[in-house]
Amino acid sequence: MKPSAAKPASTQDVLKDASMLKQKEMINAHYERLCAAPETGEKVCSTFVPGNLNELIMCFDLVNNLPEVNAIQSGLRRKSGAYIMEAERAGHSEDVCTYVKSDIGMMLKGNIGPTGKPLPKPDVLLLSYTGCFTFLKWFELLREQYKCPTIFLQTPYMADGKITPNMIQYMVKQLKEDVIPTLEEVSGVKFDIDRLREYLAKSARAEDDLVAVLQSAKNKPSPIDAYFGGIYYIGPIFGAFRGTDDAIDYYRFLREEVGERMAKGLGPVTPDGTMEEEKYRLVVEGPPNYTNFRQFWKMFYDEGATVVASSYTKVGGTYDFGFRHDPDRPLESLAEYCLNVYTNRSLPMRIDMLVNYINEYEADGLLINSIKSCNSFSAGQLLIMREVEKRTGKPAAFIETDLVDPRYFSAANVKNRLESYFQMVEQKRSGKGVAA
Amino acid sequence: MTDKSTAEIVARAEALYDDVDFTAAREWKAAGENRHVIGHLPIYVPRELIHAAGMLPLGIMGGGDQLEVIHGDAYYQSYICRIPRSTIELGLSGRLDFVSGMLFPSICDVIRNLSGMWMTLFPDLYVKYFDTPQTYDDEIGGRFYEGEMRELLEGLEGISGRKVTDDDIRASIALYNENRRAIRDLYDYRAARPWQFPAWESYLLMRAGLILPVEEHTRMIRDYIAAAEAEKRPIKDNARVIVTGMFCEQPPLNLIKSLELAGCYVVDDDFTLVARMLTEEVPTTGDPLRNLSHAFLHHSMSTAPKYEPDVETKGRFLVDAVREKGAEGVIFASTSFCDPALLDRPMLQNVLSEAGIPYIAFKYAENSGQMQPIREQAGTFADSIKLWSAA
Repeated sequence: MKPSAAKPASTQDVLKDASMLKQKEMINAHYERLCAAPETGEKVCSTFVPGNLNELIMCFDLVNNLPEVNAIQSGLRRKSGAYIMEAERAGHSEDVCTYVKSDIGMMLKGNIGPTGKPLPKPDVLLLSYTGCFTFLKWFELLREQYKCPTIFLQTPYMADGKITPNMIQYMVKQLKEDVIPTLEEVSGVKFDIDRLREYLAKSARAEDDLVAVLQSAKNKPSPIDAYFGGIYYIGPIFGAFRGTDDAIDYYRFLREEVGERMAKGLGPVTPDGTMEEEKYRLVVEGPPNYTNFRQFWKMFYDEGATVVASSYTKVGGTYDFGFRHDPDRPLESLAEYCLNVYTNRSLPMRIDMLVNYINEYEADGLLINSIKSCNSFSAGQLLIMREVEKRTGKPAAFIETDLVDPRYFSAANVKNRLESYFQMVEQKRSGKGVAA
Repeated sequence: MTDKSTAEIVARAEALYDDVDFTAAREWKAAGENRHVIGHLPIYVPRELIHAAGMLPLGIMGGGDQLEVIHGDAYYQSYICRIPRSTIELGLSGRLDFVSGMLFPSICDVIRNLSGMWMTLFPDLYVKYFDTPQTYDDEIGGRFYEGEMRELLEGLEGISGRKVTDDDIRASIALYNENRRAIRDLYDYRAARPWQFPAWESYLLMRAGLILPVEEHTRMIRDYIAAAEAEKRPIKDNARVIVTGMFCEQPPLNLIKSLELAGCYVVDDDFTLVARMLTEEVPTTGDPLRNLSHAFLHHSMSTAPKYEPDVETKGRFLVDAVREKGAEGVIFASTSFCDPALLDRPMLQNVLSEAGIPYIAFKYAENSGQMQPIREQAGTFADSIKLWSAA
């Protein structure tokens, strides 16, 4: 199949790349498999996107379920608001993460997934604790409801900007002595390290292509939007497909598609068609808002702003600095993967990454979308903004929204801030000072 | 034995509490050559190691309600709790310019990220994020924790230029054991006769322990117990409650006083956990790091920032505390935007409901000024407990 832009009837007026359609098919097929688990007898493992050990999960023939992705789907489908309110009525604080509340609210309302069918109860909760404190409590909350085995895997925080032998030993011991034996027990499948090696080798191949796609944004114009479009690109590899042939096929296909766009000098595909003129190149820090995703994106492409690099697309794994899953060091490699996810990196590391992105991708500046729900991302972002500005001399701006809580998306405010920011970039380019 | 009255002892503790310039720690540092003060945030670091390195651990619990936050607010969005912004204020205003290092324990993402902010804002200072294990097997989490402690010791040795021996650590463990015994006694006395040992006084004494050398603090506690025993204080018809959720950002002193004025005897709490985290004696023979690790893994308090591996024991610590301390209800007092406390709260409330233990919940900030709503809520709760128990 040759890459091409398509306008399918099912998505009406929304233009999508062929790769986006392929991605959607993959995600839908996975949800179908997940929902059918009670009938097929497949067992379900719930886990998180950062620290998602998909290759290991597949070694035990378990189906991967990601509550964050379910919350995102609820956000995109405008259902998360009601779910969050449901969870708050059940006693959950208005102050805490809306992914958690969307997930719990969905559960209270029958756990209906994006395909309209009920999601199955997990057989095991794999609490891969990487870069986000909330995960720890989230699965304690789910464990209370589902009463299923819960496996805990602690990833130490990379506070000093390096991975120490103590960290790796700790994680490998946990994998060997707790995670793997419990997965064997739950699944009834004996662990086969060669099977893991095979999946890891496949992961690395897909990771190569993903990195090539993300780095294509160094081109001018960028053929991709590395934030809004990037969310489509990371879907399979951050989800249930890392380590599969499907992922290899998808990322090869995506890379070809992007290569073709680059050869033609085309900009990114947006829901309203190919972006004609690249006026601004931005680096974005922080997750997006999902309840008004398209409206949010439109505020960028209407102004000719392309995101050329983003931190959010590294939240399920940072591959662009060379890390690849390594079949020769299977467990150590899984440990390094978890350690390297973006939110497990120290604040100085995050600052360095963003500064590098601005320089390497020749961006006009940094935009931070600060998420009310997510302290892991948000605490410290104002200092990040100052430091990046100081070190790059490029303007930075700050907007505030939420992941899946529609109450915290104020379109007028966000639009105003973005417009002011683009003016600031213009002034910087023309050598004038920033207007007071 | 002391000849000081409770009023004198409490006044000394209150003066330390009020002093956001940490004069006592500055004076300790100035009193000798090559002395170093190491700041640490809540909730737990093994202070024995700092002491063994010849240094003074200084607990930084934010700026309370006395510090005007000018710079700190510029570093945080409105939806982030207060303690990191007032801690930044302490740093940027020079109030911590005498510390030789800062430790940021693993509590939550905000304090975790604050460690990186501190590294960025104070690049010449020794800054360490202190990662405690969330898995409790000696050979897994224990080994990792020993490694973390060894790294901390190396950092401290780098500051002082002096090697810390196992004997140094054992001697420090013995002193902290003594301190923990004194604190356990204080809490036991308070639970037995809360009118004689009011929570707000006990709180000030605990806060004093965050700045005083451990030997001096142990003496202070012992003196206070003796003095309070000797005084006659009126018994009130208050309800006996436990407050929980205050393990990180601290309540204003007035909040604790308000609970007592509203008719609650606070018979247990989770303020200043660092001094109470280890619940049993740490052995003073054998490998000291292994002993500290074992104590943390197997004999430490349950609190929201820690993972509870067993669903059956989740929240049981609160039910047990209610039984042991003879409490009649629980007050969930959480800082606004506190992920650990607020995410944990529904699970703990479920456990209490099943056990038939009444509870209420409210939120506060370290600089909360208006106590009337809290007083009304706590007063109503105390009244309702009295009504139920009479029924």
